[in-house]
Amino acid sequence: MKTTYREAIRAALREALQQDKRVFLMGEDVGRYGGCYAVSQGLLQEFGEERIRDTPLSESAFVGAGIGAALGGMRPIVEVMTVNFSLLCLDQIVNTAATLRHMSGGQFSVPIVLRMTTGAGRQLAAQHSHSLECWYAHVPGLRVIAPATLEDMRGMLRLALDDPDPVIIFEHNALYNREGDLAEDNNVTDIRRAAVRRQGKDISLICYGGNLHKTLEAAEQLVLNGIDAEVIDLRSLRPLDEETVLASVRKTRRAVMIDESWRSGSLAAEIGMRVAEQAFYDLDAPLARVCTAEVPIPYPGHLEQAALPQVETIVSKAQEAMAQNV
Amino acid sequence: MEQKPSQVSREQGLRWLKDMSRIRRMEEKCAELYGQEKIRGFLHLYIGEEAVAAGAMSELGEDDAVVATYREHGHALMRGISMNAIMAEMYGKLEGCSHGRGGSMHLFDAATRFYGGNAIVSGGLPLSIGLALADKMQNRKRVTACFFGEGAVAEGEFHESLNLAALWQLPVLFVCENNLYAMGTALARSESVTDIHLKAESYGIFSAAVDGMDVISVNTAVCDAVKRIRKKSAPAFLEMRTYRFRAHSMFDPELYRNKEEVEQWKQLCPVATLTARLRAQQVIGEEDIAAIENAVAEEIQTAIDFAEAGHWEPVEDLMKDIYTNRG
Ligand SMILES: Cc1ncc(C[n+]2csc(CCOP(=O)(O)OP(=O)(O)O)c2C)c(N)n1
Repeated sequence: MKTTYREAIRAALREALQQDKRVFLMGEDVGRYGGCYAVSQGLLQEFGEERIRDTPLSESAFVGAGIGAALGGMRPIVEVMTVNFSLLCLDQIVNTAATLRHMSGGQFSVPIVLRMTTGAGRQLAAQHSHSLECWYAHVPGLRVIAPATLEDMRGMLRLALDDPDPVIIFEHNALYNREGDLAEDNNVTDIRRAAVRRQGKDISLICYGGNLHKTLEAAEQLVLNGIDAEVIDLRSLRPLDEETVLASVRKTRRAVMIDESWRSGSLAAEIGMRVAEQAFYDLDAPLARVCTAEVPIPYPGHLEQAALPQVETIVSKAQEAMAQNV
Repeated sequence: MEQKPSQVSREQGLRWLKDMSRIRRMEEKCAELYGQEKIRGFLHLYIGEEAVAAGAMSELGEDDAVVATYREHGHALMRGISMNAIMAEMYGKLEGCSHGRGGSMHLFDAATRFYGGNAIVSGGLPLSIGLALADKMQNRKRVTACFFGEGAVAEGEFHESLNLAALWQLPVLFVCENNLYAMGTALARSESVTDIHLKAESYGIFSAAVDGMDVISVNTAVCDAVKRIRKKSAPAFLEMRTYRFRAHSMFDPELYRNKEEVEQWKQLCPVATLTARLRAQQVIGEEDIAAIENAVAEEIQTAIDFAEAGHWEPVEDLMKDIYTNRG
């Protein structure tokens, strides 16, 4: 079935709202406006304002209210427009949602689902373009996921709602308009395991979210150079599916991490270190990564593109790694 | 402020006296235990403010929820969490109400719907909004009581939460325990308008200032507010004017206020004034007071024994209760 990422998420939201009365969607402009990325368009008309709940501009209060509602037996899906604005409710997410279970000695779970967009590429300048998902992936008590395919967009929400703990879903804003074929069966999705999106024997390209498509494209170009790349889509940023990553690297003996956050303290850094810790002697080349330049994302298109991971940079990093033999 | 009703029944008087004594004596003991390094970390005592928790909590039903701050021993005790479980938590023992994982600042109890124990100033307010929202959406007639200090009023979350509560007409009872100091910052040094209940009014929330040193005034005000909330399914706000006799925490040298001021407020001690009034009204006698003191002393000793005999969670369980399904 031909569809867009946006429609896939909307279908997932609709299904969740239909299946479970406890589910409701809350956030800025999710109702009358239809969602700032038009994801929730039409849902207000279908489900009413109790369940498609417009909130004032008060990230901390409505995210905190989502946490309270989850404690009170509801299954809130709370949309924060972008990860950039989620810094206004960081306290509620990190200090409350992530800690309540632990601090209460296991008495309270917080089954909230937080959705936020992330990523750059639309010339929205620095305050609308950051990729801060690794900040959340740093926090024990949270589950952090990043759907990159239509199937994952459709399927991960349900799995997130079934999870008794707080789950943050990062939707890369460049994906919403993307079209593709959505498989009929919904069994291909998973929020625990990384996915091997392309089998290959020469090098592992490890990525997630909005960069999956660039990475797959890079892999196709590498074929022309006689390089057979394996592409790993992490899907879950916390916890990380180390096993799939390590198995791939042990097979290909080379790895490049592709990550849209800044390289200092990035997930790419974390994955690289885990590979170094556990598969160092399996490596035939130094680990490499393609991250965003360490600059607040600039407004001009050419500078923005220069800051971000690109197909060409992925290709050349992979070629460099292939040229080395340690 | 509310008028004080003149006559208190013997039964009610004894109950309040005992409740406030339980908080007072337990905390005095905690300070001692802190000195002995049995209790560690931050310890914030409620001494001086007992009338608020004692007068307020009895107006809540079993199904209602309570959200509190790090100065919550009194609230926890009044909510019905056993002194044993509270004391064991202060020790960090497995038998504590948060299984030792929280300590003094993070008392939790699912059975009594006691949701903390939050050490982020103002952090509990959004939570109370959500709990009330869940009740409203599920057509339950419950109240969520949210206790916080006047320091929280300066945070954005306070305003965001009051706005939401009023906008969505949520059954939340906001109880601001205005003890005049946020750590060392006097209210007048942090707020342009120091009449806190006026802020709630500006959001269209029913609001009143209450003599928080007088358990009867507290009780009367809370009783009215809770009735109102249940009837109208709308929030209410009470500013309890109170004072803490002790330092902010055990680390505080109290450089910001003078001894005379503290002494003046101590004249309004809620335990002493209630005792005096009940005596003057000849509702209670010396033997009643002695009986309370004995019962409380015994309860405290039992709690200490319980905590002492409690267990340290095995280190192998370190990774427990981070996620629901993974240990
Ligand atoms: C967000 C936040 N900022 C600062 C602190 C440090 N802090 C702990 S208690 C406190 C004072 C709070 O005063 P108030 O709300 O009046 O409560 P009280 O201690 O008087 O009961 C401060 C500033 C904190 N815990 N949380």
